[in-house]
Amino acid sequence: MSAPMNAPAIATGDTLLEVERLTMRFGGLVAINDVSFSAKKRQITGVIGPNGAGKTTLFNCITGFYKPTVGRIALQAEGRDPFLLERMDGFRIGQRAKVARTFQNIRLFPGMSVLENLMVAQHNKLMHASGWTVLGLLGLPSFRHAEAAAKEMAVRWLERVKLTRVADEPAGSLPYGDQRRLEIARAMCTEPVLLCLDEPAAGLNPKESGELNALLLSIRDEFGIGLLLIEHDMSVVMGISDHIVVLDYGSKIADGTPAEIRNDPAVIRAYLGEEDTE
Amino acid sequence: MTDMTLSAGPKAPSPLVEAAKDAVFAAILVFLLSWLMIGYQTQVLQGQPMSYVTRYSDVLWAVFLIPAGRFLMTLTRFDRTLPAVIGGALGFIYLFIPGVLGVLEVPVYGEFFVTVDPLQPDILPFEQPMVNVIFGIGAFFVLAAGLRARRKKTVGAQTLEVREAAEARQARISKNLSSILGPLLIAVALIIPFTPWGDRKLVDTLILVMTYVMLGWGLNIVVGLAGLLDLGYVAFYAVGAYTYAKLSIDLGLDFWASLPIAGAIAATFGVALGFPVLRLRGDYLAIVTLGFGEIIRIILINWQIFTGGPNGLGNIAKIDFFGIPFERNPKEGELAFHTLFGLDFSPVHRIYFLYYVIIALALVTNFVTIRLRRMPIGRAWEALREDETACRALGINPTNTKLTAFALGAMFAGFAGSFFATRQGFVSPESFTFIESAVILAIVVLGGMGSQVGVALAAILLIGLPEVLRELSLYRMLVFGGVMVLIMLLRPKGLLSFRVPTIQLHGKKALPPTTAGAVK
Ligand SMILES: Nc1ncnc2c1ncn2[C@@H]1O[C@H](COP(=O)(O)OP(=O)(O)O)[C@@H](O)[C@H]1O
Ligand SMILES: [Mg+2]
Repeated sequence: MSAPMNAPAIATGDTLLEVERLTMRFGGLVAINDVSFSAKKRQITGVIGPNGAGKTTLFNCITGFYKPTVGRIALQAEGRDPFLLERMDGFRIGQRAKVARTFQNIRLFPGMSVLENLMVAQHNKLMHASGWTVLGLLGLPSFRHAEAAAKEMAVRWLERVKLTRVADEPAGSLPYGDQRRLEIARAMCTEPVLLCLDEPAAGLNPKESGELNALLLSIRDEFGIGLLLIEHDMSVVMGISDHIVVLDYGSKIADGTPAEIRNDPAVIRAYLGEEDTE
Repeated sequence: MTDMTLSAGPKAPSPLVEAAKDAVFAAILVFLLSWLMIGYQTQVLQGQPMSYVTRYSDVLWAVFLIPAGRFLMTLTRFDRTLPAVIGGALGFIYLFIPGVLGVLEVPVYGEFFVTVDPLQPDILPFEQPMVNVIFGIGAFFVLAAGLRARRKKTVGAQTLEVREAAEARQARISKNLSSILGPLLIAVALIIPFTPWGDRKLVDTLILVMTYVMLGWGLNIVVGLAGLLDLGYVAFYAVGAYTYAKLSIDLGLDFWASLPIAGAIAATFGVALGFPVLRLRGDYLAIVTLGFGEIIRIILINWQIFTGGPNGLGNIAKIDFFGIPFERNPKEGELAFHTLFGLDFSPVHRIYFLYYVIIALALVTNFVTIRLRRMPIGRAWEALREDETACRALGINPTNTKLTAFALGAMFAGFAGSFFATRQGFVSPESFTFIESAVILAIVVLGGMGSQVGVALAAILLIGLPEVLRELSLYRMLVFGGVMVLIMLLRPKGLLSFRVPTIQLHGKKALPPTTAGAVK
């Protein structure tokens, strides 16, 4: 059930995600206030802002966990149907619109093995190949090939995030940094057009953080997808973002290249203000 | 005065004093509760007014033993575990073993207990052997408390890694045990009717046990794999049973033709119930499924015309050998089972056939479950159990995935229900009360969620044990409860709990044990 579309969602050619006048209220609390921005293909778009600025809420709206109070979220990937995400059920955004995400507090399947986590991510593809389980139960070769291909893809990602050795261990037993990388690999196994990362560098040491940045850049360059990257810490995101959106108290206060953001007086005020209170 | 004691500083309470105080209170409480209820036993003899006998010695024993147990258990809280271990073990051996002998009416018990001479003290405290057994179990709990406290002291000092390694070792033992026990159990089940012990009574009991093994395996898909707490599983069992009853009585269909229909209808009920309620999580789902189970039972009671109401439906066709009846005098020109195989007629043939049918049905359930677990749908079930939010983010449709688990579980319950109906020849709402759902759930939880062999063991224990213990009459449910409590104390994750990944990269050869920690 793809979202009904009357007008073309996005006018410009290389815009992937277009958020227009998005507002999210929880009772009296306005978590997101009239925010508009866009994210381009083959770019890393950073979303920064102090704690409680509404960054995670923005992600929850884009990935269908919340229904926005007002606003439009349009996705237009190359060679695909356009989607209006605010109209879609949560899981369909992952299934049809191919938007993948990670969570601020990691959400793996802790009791399942690392490899299984990556296989579950390819569920829809495999479900189709298994003829909604019937053909799979009969052990048809077409399903076996699909499963082998899925495993191959999982193994490629395991190598990429350096988790091959622990492939058969329960995901919950990995150290924190490994879990973060596994969650990113799992999201990538859904073959997304847009990858949303919620504070992926949180809790990582500087070395791990550097490796993470390299991983994200390589994903951008190799797969040509768009990345939406939430960061609480400005310095991390400055280095790798092509474009940055700054939120404060639910409102967008700035939008531009890292260089522009660094010198923006409103941004400086917001961040200095935060430091004052801390 | 008060100032002086205060200035001396708050003194830590001495464990002995604390425990003694607690014991004295317990003694007073036990005395107050027991002196009337246990101390006097009314009796009505033929033609005489009601009189009573006194049992003061029992009261005294209770007033001594219970506080003694409490005393030892209180000491464990102050890290004095040795008295509890020794006292508990002695009490257990002393009370439990002779008590069991007495319950089983082994003549030796008379040697322990000579009640005739009031001047010669008896060796055992209570005249009733079962009371001795109960106190023996009490002593076991004292022992268990002591052992647990000791273990906690050592485990508490361990690091997370050591504990994880210990858990992994437990899981490995469970896994190895299962891989031996599984085939062994199947082999024993298959040959037992041909052994000298395989009499009709045993096979009858085993049919019952196997029915619950099948139900346990079916529910395991819903609870163990998909993590949906279903307290109304018996409803689908009832739907299967009544479907076969109606098909047999009204349409004259035989068991084999009805089986798939009953499964399909039960699965349909599963979907119909699941669709509105599977959005609920955890406890809410449990309550709604519990309600659903009751609704089905109440419909069965009240829809007189269709279901026969509280009297149920009788005259359901008995099972046949794929179209050939088990009858002494078959109709003119038709074969019967015994004439086909040139045997003498015996009613036992049908029982034995039923036994193999339920084994086959149960094994099909098991086989399908094991296969499904390795399918994408099975992995999605387990993923849903682990984290539903993450599943949504990966584009997995949670409602459909849960529905399939619910429908499949219901289908197997439907099969088992038809089998139940053909075995009994009679169905009534009484067979499908909440307690049945609870027992099936207990089998799954006790077996170790997701462990097929564990579920079979638990079914043998929970269904077979009460049947074997039938001789204990009144006390059997007590023993049954005691065994359940013990298992949960000693193996909180179930009898055999382990998980094998559905797909592996490094194959069976285990990597060096450092792998998990190596990539720090
Ligand atoms: N489900 C919710 N119900 C009520 N308030 C919420 C909910 N989710 C987020 N909020 C509020 O929205 C604001 C923004 O939170 P969040 O998006 O998590 O901030 P952050 O930028 O740190 O990720 C906070 O004040 C938070 O309390
Ligand atoms: Mg956040």
